[in-house]
Amino acid sequence: MASLRLVTILLLTSAGLLGSSAFAQSPTYGVGRTPTAEEIRALDISIGPTGEELPPGRGTAKEGAQVYQEQGCVACHGEAGIGGPPQLGAPALKSKKGQDVPIWQRERILPLRAPFATTVWDFIHRGMPLGREGTLTADQVYALTAYLLFLNQVIPEDQVLDKESLPKVKMPIGDHYGRLPDWKPGTRRLEGYPY
Amino acid sequence: MGSKRTSRRELLKTSAALAGGLTTGAVAPALGQTHDHASGQPPAQVNPMIMGSKELIEYGQRSRYVTSVRIPHPIGGRPSPDAFGKVFHVASPLQDSVGVITPSSLHYVATTRGSYMPDIDPKQHTLMIHGLVDRPLTFTMDDLKRLPSVTRLHFIECAGNRHNGRQRTVQETHGMTSCAEWTGVLLSTLLKECGLKGSATWFVAEGAEEVKGASSMPIAKAMDDCIIAYGMNGEAVRPQQGYPVRIIPPGFEGIFHTKYLRRIKVVDRYYMNYNDFGHLDKDAEEAALGFQIGPKSVITYPSGTQQLPGRGFYEIRGLAWSGGGAVKTVEVSVDGGKKWNLAQFTSTPQRMAHARFTFPWNWDGTETEILSRATDEIGQVQPLREQIAQWWNVPVERNYRVPGLDNSIMPWKIAKDGSVTNGLA
Repeated sequence: MASLRLVTILLLTSAGLLGSSAFAQSPTYGVGRTPTAEEIRALDISIGPTGEELPPGRGTAKEGAQVYQEQGCVACHGEAGIGGPPQLGAPALKSKKGQDVPIWQRERILPLRAPFATTVWDFIHRGMPLGREGTLTADQVYALTAYLLFLNQVIPEDQVLDKESLPKVKMPIGDHYGRLPDWKPGTRRLEGYPY
Repeated sequence: MGSKRTSRRELLKTSAALAGGLTTGAVAPALGQTHDHASGQPPAQVNPMIMGSKELIEYGQRSRYVTSVRIPHPIGGRPSPDAFGKVFHVASPLQDSVGVITPSSLHYVATTRGSYMPDIDPKQHTLMIHGLVDRPLTFTMDDLKRLPSVTRLHFIECAGNRHNGRQRTVQETHGMTSCAEWTGVLLSTLLKECGLKGSATWFVAEGAEEVKGASSMPIAKAMDDCIIAYGMNGEAVRPQQGYPVRIIPPGFEGIFHTKYLRRIKVVDRYYMNYNDFGHLDKDAEEAALGFQIGPKSVITYPSGTQQLPGRGFYEIRGLAWSGGGAVKTVEVSVDGGKKWNLAQFTSTPQRMAHARFTFPWNWDGTETEILSRATDEIGQVQPLREQIAQWWNVPVERNYRVPGLDNSIMPWKIAKDGSVTNGLA
């Protein structure tokens, strides 16, 4: 009896939620609510390589240098990203090695080694400044990203970064990094590796 | 009388050793009594009473004689807690562990950036799933708990769990792994409820802590065995482990186990978040070895800084695990790797869970080295550091860094006087 009732409830629930588009997989349990487009936009801070999630706004290295001072980035990361007091543990943000040194022999600095400039934007936006994460405006994040990329000679000082130009920035690493294997259940960590 | 006292002392010594690191103080009174009862004598002393209290009634605690604790990791590294009360990396006391479950209080802890532990009200917390799905959905904690659940044992291990010659105890060499019983809803259940689009190939799992830690994982993993876990060892997940809910992608490196899970975004490519950037490698082969964890084991008793009281019987004990599935066999060598012997399991090994192995050993009092080697159900074998170096065609030097998560064999040296030290030193 109970199971019959459950089936009926499930059928009714599915029927109620079935829209015109959802056909292949219909919900089994009908639990959870549909977030509004605005709720999704507010929570979705993931900026992928295409930059499709980037908000409107713009910034240049010059503006970024000012934000860097005003927001106190300088206290932990040092003047012009050269590194701050070691006990604070914040990384240096400017490479000390020359452009002629191969990228994998240069420092592991996000605005230098990241394969996409979007990763730099994403992290500043979600994770900085320490203790006030998520408080920077889109313009400030564009400006800081431009400043850090300029410090590492990735872009010129006058380049404007915005939703269109940021994903197009050519990072020095190019295509020279390892891709993860196509993972399937029951696969070894690395094909041909016995360990 | 004199001889009796000697034999009793011997018994105590052996028992303490067998207890694998429990202090003699914790077992001495109980054993002493048993012995006296057996010989028909009245107990030498009456144990004091542990006074009942509201706290003890409501949420018990261990004996004051049990002093096993976690320690900051690595030794000499960033302190936990730091000056701001933040927790960074904390290692589990494997030398005292029994069975396969790590008590929640002793489970290792790691954070992405030394982030603080958010104090989350579960009534306010939600998990939103969106991106390449037919129906984005937001689940409250009550919603998640209504859905069909699973309970599974799974280990987690930090990529920083590397053993070297400077460490002394197994807590220092291997303490950044633990195993718990996790309860929750399968991510596949939630994704089916949302309806995956055909273009979905990866997903991003994001936490609610201040740095909003996020990692990219293959959608095949999501549909295989990821648990959206709200339960741990029979109670709610602890704040240090991601209260009110975290993701368990069994067998993947620790950083993928996003805590305080607030959002899952289904995408069509590797998203290269900050956490993903941390995994960036020059070489595809090396990148692969920092993703799914290989077969690994370590002897926890006898282990570094422990002391064998003399020649004779000891049950060698340890933990074995693999990100590739269940551990199939563990072999133990008591002669520095010349001969390998099959160990027993104390219970059936589970997929991506710690397995407890044992091997009976009669120590003849000579200097030797003891080692363990795990093989998992898909045939991956735990290697010697020399074997790894050979595969990569590089010389094995003293400070050779194993690519990816270090799953090399750990040697413990037993000296003539019964002292146990790090065989890599």
